[in-house]
Amino acid sequence: MQEYIYKKVNSIKFSFFSPEDIRKMAVAKIVTPELYDKEGYPVDGGLMDIRLGVIDPGLRCKTCGSKLKECMGHFGFVELARPVIYLKGANVIYDMLKSTCRECSKILIDENTRQKYVEKLGNSSRKAIAAMIKEKTKNVKKCPHCDAKKYSVKLEKPTIYFENDKRIFPIEIRARLEKVSNEDLRLLGYTPEAARPEWIILTNMLIPPVTIRPSITLESGERSEDDLTHKLGDIVRINQRLFENINAGAPEIIIEDLWDLLQYHVTTFFDNTTASVPPARHRSGEPLKTLTERIKSKEGRFRHNLTGKRVNYSARTLVSPDPQIELGEVGVPLEVAMELTTNERVTSWNIDRLKEFIKRGPKNYPGANYVIRPDGKKKKITDETVESLLEELQEGYIVERHLMDGDVCIFNRQPSLHRMSIMCHKIKVLPGKSFRLNPSVCTPYNADFDGDEMNMHIPQNEEGRAEAEILMHVQHNIITPKNGLNIIACIQDSITGAYLLTREMEFQREDAIELLLSIGWNDFSNFPKTKTINGRQILSALLPKDFNFIGYNMLHKEDEKEGMVVVKNGQLGKGIVDRAIIGKESGDLLRSMYIQYGPEKTLKALSNISKLGIKIVTNYGFTTGLVDTDVDEKIFIEINKLMDEALKKVDEFIEEYKSGKLEAYPSKTLRATLELKILEVLNKARNRVGKLVAENSSKDNPTIIMASSGARGNELNLAQIAGSVGQQALRGERINRGYDGRALPIFRKNDLGAAPHGFVRNGFKQGLAPYEFFFHAMTGRDSLMDTALRTPKSGYLYRRLANALQDLRVEYDKTVRAASNEIVQFCYGEDDIDISKSEAGSINVKKIIREAINK
Amino acid sequence: MKKQIQIQDHVLLLKHKKLDDKALEGLLNKYNISPKQLPKVYKKDPALREIEDVKAGDIIEIERDSPTANKTKFYRVVVDG
Repeated sequence: MQEYIYKKVNSIKFSFFSPEDIRKMAVAKIVTPELYDKEGYPVDGGLMDIRLGVIDPGLRCKTCGSKLKECMGHFGFVELARPVIYLKGANVIYDMLKSTCRECSKILIDENTRQKYVEKLGNSSRKAIAAMIKEKTKNVKKCPHCDAKKYSVKLEKPTIYFENDKRIFPIEIRARLEKVSNEDLRLLGYTPEAARPEWIILTNMLIPPVTIRPSITLESGERSEDDLTHKLGDIVRINQRLFENINAGAPEIIIEDLWDLLQYHVTTFFDNTTASVPPARHRSGEPLKTLTERIKSKEGRFRHNLTGKRVNYSARTLVSPDPQIELGEVGVPLEVAMELTTNERVTSWNIDRLKEFIKRGPKNYPGANYVIRPDGKKKKITDETVESLLEELQEGYIVERHLMDGDVCIFNRQPSLHRMSIMCHKIKVLPGKSFRLNPSVCTPYNADFDGDEMNMHIPQNEEGRAEAEILMHVQHNIITPKNGLNIIACIQDSITGAYLLTREMEFQREDAIELLLSIGWNDFSNFPKTKTINGRQILSALLPKDFNFIGYNMLHKEDEKEGMVVVKNGQLGKGIVDRAIIGKESGDLLRSMYIQYGPEKTLKALSNISKLGIKIVTNYGFTTGLVDTDVDEKIFIEINKLMDEALKKVDEFIEEYKSGKLEAYPSKTLRATLELKILEVLNKARNRVGKLVAENSSKDNPTIIMASSGARGNELNLAQIAGSVGQQALRGERINRGYDGRALPIFRKNDLGAAPHGFVRNGFKQGLAPYEFFFHAMTGRDSLMDTALRTPKSGYLYRRLANALQDLRVEYDKTVRAASNEIVQFCYGEDDIDISKSEAGSINVKKIIREAINK
Repeated sequence: MKKQIQIQDHVLLLKHKKLDDKALEGLLNKYNISPKQLPKVYKKDPALREIEDVKAGDIIEIERDSPTANKTKFYRVVVDG
């Protein structure tokens, strides 16, 4: 039975243990470094004394009588033959020695000033008083109370003190500190009841209970002790030797040597990474992990054990793409499916089915790995236990069976920056060793397939499964709460395919039906009865039958008429489908469908459109290459003319600048104006080259198809290949660094022209001149460095922001409030608009009216 | 004579106004809060310099321009310092 203690922590006090405290709380005095006797039984008064707690199952604690895990252990102590300094208090002792008299142990200030400070004690901060007194005692030569001379005290780190270059030993220091009065200690910032300075010098030392330093029994039957036990053994052994030597009246040198050795062992027991102290090592040469190392840094108790958590029922492996898998599915390797389990409670309805799983066992798929009895006992299914488990199985038992198609899991890719980083998928067990993922869900996870790994978790009860499926499933995350746009959509090939299909394709009826069948579509009730069927009609087959929609595709900006995409009663009448219709963020069609038909149907339609697009691209034999950018001789000449004109224009600007005829832009210097004008001219020229190439290529040119469908690439890319790579920019400027007055030695000094400052006149296809290549490499390296350095910085920045804002919430009265109900905003976003329900932050009133009228 | 500049007249300074007792009560009731839960403004804040008789515990109404909602009201409680 678990016992609950209902108490509230009111305050916590920190203090030092006095030697008496240590004696009182210890249950055993440790006198021998031996651990076990010949029979392997712990020695009384040894470090593994049975009074210090239990670490073996079955035994009972000699002190408290409880079993393993119930007894939290008890402290023991050693009486040190000579006092040693507690490492972390070395500086405190140092301060004490400096500010008190070596003869009378009074603070080195005269009685009057002292009295003044005593009066101050109640009012001002103790820290401030202590600091002031410390400052006052610094330059005192003589004790104002007993006229004893003040010696200069030095601390040789970590624990050796010198007074006028003569060593003082802890025993003497301790004697001095003992004499300091309680009032003096208060003046120096102490609370004498909780921490007297002499307690920092240990005379008794606590031995931690065995429960925090359990020994491990190796396979060979040998016992291997914890690092702390080793260290404590050293301490006790040296301590005993010191005792013996003192009693035998050994020479002072030997005693001092042993004393120092004891000091060393105690120091490393507390902290084995102390500066200027060689770390204590195992026989293998590996440093021991003592108290400080257990707590500190990344592998320490806090960051490793308390903040960092590990979970069961999870898997991690490489992800790879599978365009055939459904968006809401994830392909799980068979090996994973046979290792991870989900549980099913035995009822009278499923007992026979579950028995089949148990019969197949852990080695045959789909089998089961464990059976859990109603009392919570977990039984592994093995060849030996199958029979008996089958026999005793009854209602109320739980069977942990292998994962199967349709089971829910939670899928995640780090960094988990938004809620779509963790989504629920249905499992699809597949051969292979990687998680399979529809390329369309890469966007929310920000995944690609260059070696990314992802994690999968299996919910282990009905509540968890239901929650995952209802709240976290992919279909509920099509719309991002960031701005209300769709984050899951058609990408790349599917957009190209849909574009080709709806632009001009025509099929024989049989071919069209085959095409749809090939993506798994077999509802032809609404299919036109004509002999030839165009692409739009094929796409229409995938849309809901009463779907109405008006949208604008990418052509809309230039051509209002062509830019309209109209769906009437589930028939795509006119308009080319491109990125603005089915793509991410802009995909208006998907959003309309989401509102009208809900998540499930939208995801299904999206999946079908996506598959159809990919099928079209495959059948079309879509490919792209450098030939796509080939242009006629005539066009090539025109491109050259364009570039030459631009360069001439640049020279003209420079001429104007030099002769002072150039007019500066407002709030810009003449030089900055020149830079701006040059950049403008060159960029304009490059853009015109892109347009020129695009206009003069066939509309069946694959690169052009990709660019105009919005699937990938744009006119700029085209211009860089066919025309000119353009101006290379470093930190928003043309390239100005390098040699004195010039970027490369082949240029004239202080030449303001285009080429000497990183303008790459050639295109990638023609090939770059050596200096052009160099400039291009410069910006390439710069952007590489930039991403490598900026990603972790901005990631951390974002993390801090997210942590700072995490408990803000919007109340029912529309105010934004922080954790303790303080108002942050009086009206959410000043305008009450729920961004996640808007479209890119605003509400499209026009669309709402249009839809209302159409109804 | 030295020309006195009125900060309140500057275009970039938002309109600050002290709430009277009735409005204050109404505000606190509307949001069901105590003045402690409001955002704060220092008494020495230059924007309050030209408002008469401001003391700790008063509530200042600030009219802000908003790109999405044109004008919005914001409230701050005056604190010492």
